[in-house]
Formats: sequence, structure tokens, C-alpha cells
Amino acid sequence: MKKYITLALLLVILLGITVWMTSLGSVGIFKMAPTMKVLTATTRHLQIVAAAELLAIVVGIPIGFTNTRRAVRFVSPVLIGAANVGQTVPTLAFIGIAGAVLGMGYKAAVVALFVYAMLPIIRNTYAGIRSVDPAVKEAAQGMGMSRWQVTWKVELPLARPVILAGIRTSTVVNVGTAAVAGMIGAGGLGEIIITGIAVRVTQLILQGAAPTAALAVILDALFSGLEEVVTPRGLKVLKQAQ
Amino acid sequence: MIKLEHVTKIFPDGTRAVKDLTMEIGKGEFCIFLGPSGCGKTTSMKMINRLAPLSSGKIYIDEVDIMKLNPNELRRGIGYAIQNIGLFPHLTVAENIATVPILKKWPKTKQRTRAEELLELVGMDPGTFLDRYPSELSGGQQQRVGVARCLGADPPILLMDEPFGAIDPITRGKLQDEFLKIQAKIKKTIAFVTHDINEAIKMGDKIALLREGELVQFSDPATLLNAPKDEFVRNFVGADRSLKGLRLHRVRDIMQESPQIVKLGENPVEVKACMERDKLKWAMLVDDQNQFLGWVTYEDLREDKPIREIIQPAAVTAAPETPLNEALSMMLNSAIGNLAVLDEQKRLLGVLTFENIREVLGQAGSAQNGFGGKDR
Amino acid sequence: MWIQAWNYMIKHSDKILNWTLQHLYIIVVANAAAAVLGILIGIFISGKGRERLADTVIYLASIMMTIPSLALYGILMGILSALTLPSIGFLPVVIALTLYGLLPIVRNTYTAIREVDPAIIEAGRGMGMSELQILIKVKIPLAVPVIMAGLRQAIVMNIGIAAIGSYIGAGGLGQPIFRGIANYRVDLILIGAVFVSLLAIIADLLMGRVEWLTTPKGIRIRGRRT
Repeated sequence: MKKYITLALLLVILLGITVWMTSLGSVGIFKMAPTMKVLTATTRHLQIVAAAELLAIVVGIPIGFTNTRRAVRFVSPVLIGAANVGQTVPTLAFIGIAGAVLGMGYKAAVVALFVYAMLPIIRNTYAGIRSVDPAVKEAAQGMGMSRWQVTWKVELPLARPVILAGIRTSTVVNVGTAAVAGMIGAGGLGEIIITGIAVRVTQLILQGAAPTAALAVILDALFSGLEEVVTPRGLKVLKQAQ
Repeated sequence: MIKLEHVTKIFPDGTRAVKDLTMEIGKGEFCIFLGPSGCGKTTSMKMINRLAPLSSGKIYIDEVDIMKLNPNELRRGIGYAIQNIGLFPHLTVAENIATVPILKKWPKTKQRTRAEELLELVGMDPGTFLDRYPSELSGGQQQRVGVARCLGADPPILLMDEPFGAIDPITRGKLQDEFLKIQAKIKKTIAFVTHDINEAIKMGDKIALLREGELVQFSDPATLLNAPKDEFVRNFVGADRSLKGLRLHRVRDIMQESPQIVKLGENPVEVKACMERDKLKWAMLVDDQNQFLGWVTYEDLREDKPIREIIQPAAVTAAPETPLNEALSMMLNSAIGNLAVLDEQKRLLGVLTFENIREVLGQAGSAQNGFGGKDR
Repeated sequence: MWIQAWNYMIKHSDKILNWTLQHLYIIVVANAAAAVLGILIGIFISGKGRERLADTVIYLASIMMTIPSLALYGILMGILSALTLPSIGFLPVVIALTLYGLLPIVRNTYTAIREVDPAIIEAGRGMGMSELQILIKVKIPLAVPVIMAGLRQAIVMNIGIAAIGSYIGAGGLGQPIFRGIANYRVDLILIGAVFVSLLAIIADLLMGRVEWLTTPKGIRIRGRRT
């Protein structure tokens, strides 16, 4: 209960700041972004995040999964190692390189975001499936499930919570990375923040920063709720008993 | 030396773990707190070093009320060993053993020598083990280090909570034997918790049997077995309490010292005639140094076969200090059904038969006491 | 493009060094603060009876983590200028980094202390160690490896976040990236990106080594049986 209250309070503050700043109209000679612009920017931001994230999920989960199969067991440490190193690389560097190599704009941003968002998903999918107790898999096979059934009915459901946690992290980080991508002309809320910093108008900065933060917090809370729903009941009970 | 007077423990949630416990543990006595799960034995023990606060009542150590002492100092004067041992994984064996000496600020050289002494006492080579880490030891070794650690600063009192519980039965038996030998040397006052009646009988001088927080019977093992106070005690001790009572006696208490012997060189026909005359079905074969070679049965004796060829070697033999329960077990495993008793040089000291054991069982069953207490 | 970058690197190695040092300075200060604060907080909330406090603290810290760095910089700039403190440059970046670094360190400290085998603590207590002695001689040494792991996470993460902070005037390896984007100098972007990535990777490896070194010997040698 307390958690929801804290969360709600935080959101109220953030959205309040956004509204307040927008209502200022202008600060000195600088014009604040009108409400329309804020909304368009938010939509754009969400579009970028959604596009990149969906791609990351669609490509990342299969990659993570394939890496757990015995057939590729010599290659997988390399790939997973690469994913680990990739995550160490700072987001700005990623965006920067994407901008340099692919040119500025929306498309480069989505590519960079897509690649970056994929990394935690690959890692978590891999780890989640690896963490399934081999005894459980053995029991399933012993009872006559085909390899495919074991994967579908046993491994994936048990790995679901971890995979979802990976998607959650990936998405929340994505919101921040998308903001930075405003640098390379991706549009979105980052643009407002960056303009604000460039002209040194704190109110403008806040007008972009507050909704970005709110977006991240909301998405995180949504995923947290989703995790609750998606965790197989048995695992929840197991967690409580521990 | 340790006096408990009307000690009661009520947990915050209302559970009455210990109810009005009054008992005394004499100096040098090995006292066992025994009982089923939840009977309050561990709680009782823990109140002695104030790890569990008393709800009411008093505990005196050497006539001093423990509440008047600083708890940490009290505990440094009492050895403490628990089931999961709790060795400090980040410290070496030597540092673990020297925990209390370090707390008491003993000089460094004294710490080390003490650790060496104690490691030897528990049967581990200091040279090999002093600088090892707990994660490099087997379960039995860890348990020994745990015992050594609780003896660290040579405390007069030891509190032990199922210290041999977490290991396999074979190692446990060995550790129990070794600990008894150590206790014979150092004569500590010990409060020892266990739920295993066999361990209690084997180890204790006195047994306090608890049930749901109450002291049901407090007596020495023989009395507990032969004169159980009520139904609960009888059930707890087990229907085989007479068999359990065998543990209290040694082979040397009841063996026959002049068994019928045969020597290698003798004539089979003569021997057979002798045996027929005395109505003997078997004899024990020895050599000139009185070393035991095996059994010889009446049926096997033939005039055409030298005795040497019909020897049935003994699969198992007993030593004079073997407890009777083990002896009985050995007998049941041997084809002959009798047990040769040998000394360390394998010389024949006597023989043990089922009859001998049955006599002991009969006496224990009918009388109030058995042969008296056990010896070590 | 790569060749351009290579040339730049040779020609302006002093500038690159400068940026790197600026970056390191920020990282060291912020993470040291996060470490000290984080460990103290972690130890405090791991005390008996403080579970609810612990839950709250860790929850707050994790919310902190969800806030995107650029947004946090923005918010901090707002707060600092309202307090008439310098709102650009070193200060907001260091504050942000410290805040971000707190979660991994507090959480790891708390968990590590909480997860010390209760049998070990009971043994210590039974032998007459005071609570403080148990904390110092047993709980903390055993918690150090996990705390180091948390510090490692914090440092690597913060290197990236600090790069973004270059934009609000803190200097560091983000500078060439931003300038490169502004002036369409691809070689600059690459220099910045490559160097900051290298910094992060090296820091990760170094901290991994530190983690290993600070693990008490007895726990390192797990499973070597006689």
C-alpha cells in the first residue's frame, strides 16, 4: 500500500511540474513549449521506445533462447559475453556511434535503441532459461514430453518472470536512452530538455525532464504489475516460502 | 555447579517453552537434555548462557545468579557448540579455535599453541589443518573443529546443542567415542542437547527428559531404561529399552574367560571324542602364542582331515571394551553365533555367547537396576 | 572516418587526456560519496527490527534508478537554481551520480549482511561476542565481496551517466561526443564514444579484480577439499 502512495505522490509531483512549466507560456524572451508540443513530443518519445523495444523483444528473446541450446554451446559464451560487454558501453557512446555511422535522425535513434535494448533481454532470457532446474526438465522428458513441449510448457513458463524482468529493465532504460537520442535529432521529450539546456532556461529543461521521469516511473510500475500477473502461481508461493 | 530454579520461558507469541524447570548439574557431570522436538531442551540450554532470556526463575552458576553477570563475559566463560557448527568461513581453523582466546586478549603465541593443543585433542594434525579454511574441510572435520573451538579458552562449562547431529551415523559414532575419551581427560561440566535416545544413553551421566517444557524424569541412563516413570518415558525410550540397556555394559563384564580351546597340532579324532564327551558343539582354535585362528565344529572334525583344513575363520571378533549392543549385532551377523574376544595382539581372552547376553537382558528386565552404571 | 579519428587522437592526445581525467575525477568523487553513504545506510538498515525501514529505503532508491539520467539532471538543475546553488557543471552531475550509485551499494550491503549464515552469528554470540564485535569481525568481512560487486555496478553505470553530464558543463569524455554531434565531426564522436567505452570496460575489469582481491581468503577457496 505504502508503495502505491509513494508512487502516486511522485507522479503527481512530476506531472504537476510539467503542467506548471507549460502554463508559464514564456520565460523572459524564451517561449515555453506549448501543450501541443509537449504532447507530440511525448507521443513521439513513446513511439521510438515502443518501436525499439518491440524489435528488441522479437529479436532478443530468440537469440537469448538459442544460446541456451546445447548445439551452440561453444558459441554462446562469446555471444553472451558480447552482450555483457555491450551493456557496459555507455548509452551516449552508443547513440553517438549510431549517429556517426548512420547519420542523424529518427531512424538512427531507433536502430541504436533497438540494439541497446536487446542486450538485457538477451541476457535475461539466457539466464532465465539456464536457471530452470535440470531435474524439472528431466522429469518432463521422462514423462514423455517432446523437446519442443519441454521448452514450451516447462522452460519458458518458468523463465517467464526473469525474461519479463529483463524486458522491464530494458524498457525503462530505453526511455532514458531515447531522451539522450534527442541529441541526434530523434525528436521526443529529449529535444525539449536539450533545447532548454542549450538556452539555459531551467523552466524549459524541467518542462522536458519532468514528463520523461514520469514516463519512466509509470512504465516501471506497469511492468511491476505485469510481473505479478505473469509469474506462475507456483513460483510465487515458492518465493514467499523462501 | 549449574542450578536451575523454577525456570520458565514464555515466548512473545504465548508459547510456554519451558515450565518451572528445577534441576542441578554437578561439577564434571555430563548432563543430557533429551526429548522430542519442541520439548524445550534447546531453550533450556540456551537460558544457561543467556542467549535466551528467562521469563522467570533463576539460574546459578557456582552459586552466582547469572543475571548479575555481564552476558558477553558470561558467554566467554562457557563453551558453545551448535548443530550447524557456525565456523567462521573467512577465518582459518586456528583463528576459529582461538576465537574466545582472541576475545579475551590472550598473547598471540598462547593463542596459537592453544589452537594446536586443541586440534590434537580432537584428533586432527595441527601441521595440516591449522591454516586451512573451513570450506576445505569435510563435515566430520568441521564438527571436530567446532568442538575444539568451544574448548578454546578452557571454559569449565560446555553447552552443546546437537553438535554431532549434522553428520552421517558412522562419523557420528566415532566422534561420540572420541568426545567421551576427551571428556574422560578433561572432565568438563556439560549440558548437551539431543533428541536421540541412543546418543543420550551412550554419552550422559545424567539425563533430563523433557516433554512440552516440563521435566519428566531426571536420572542416570540405567534408571531411565529400567525404571521409566510413566507411559511417555517408556514410549520415548522405546520398546527395545532392554536392548538399549546393553549399551551400558561391556563385553568384558560378562564374557567367559576360559573357553574351550583346541590347538593346531592336535588329533582330530581325539578332539572329537573330547567334544562328544563334554557335549560341546564347537571349539576355538588357537596357536602357540594363544592367538585366535578360528572356529572348529564337531561335525567338521574327521580323522582324515587335519584340523588346519576345517578352520572356520571368524568374520568378526570383539574387544573387551566393545559395548554389548554392538557385540549382539556382531553375533547376529556371524555364522557361528558366538563371539571371540581378543586383545590388541589378537590373543584370545574369552568368548561371548547368546546365553551370556540373555542373562543380562533378563536381569535388567526384572530388577530395578541393571549391573549398575556404565564405565568408560 | 576511423582514420580521421585516429589522426585526431594522435594530434590532440593532451585534450583527450584532459577529458579522461575530468571524467575520472567526477566518477571518483561521486562514487566515493555513494560508497561511504551507501555502506553506512546499508549497515544501518540491516539492524534488528528495521526491516520496514529497509524496505522503504531500498524502494525509494530503486525508484531513483528508474528516473532517466537526462531527466534527473534537468530536475536537479531546477532544484539547484531554485536554491541559488550552481546549477550547471560539476555539482548537479556529482549529486546525480551519487544518487544513482546509492541503490546498488545500499542494496548489496543490506542483502549481504542479512544473508550471513545465522548459525555463524549464533556461534559468535554464544561465544561472547558483543553485537558490535559480530558486526565488525563477522558480518562486514563476509559482506565485503558483495558490497564490492555493488560498487562495481555503480561505477560502470556512472561512467555512462557522467558522459551525458558533459552536456551540462561538467567536462569529461562526453564533451567530444556532443561537440562532434553539434559540428558534425564524426571523428570527435568516435573518439569520445570509444574512449568512454574503454573507460567503462577497463573499470569493470579492474573492479572485478578488486572484488576478487577483497574477498576473504576463506571464502575464495570454496570447495577445495582435503
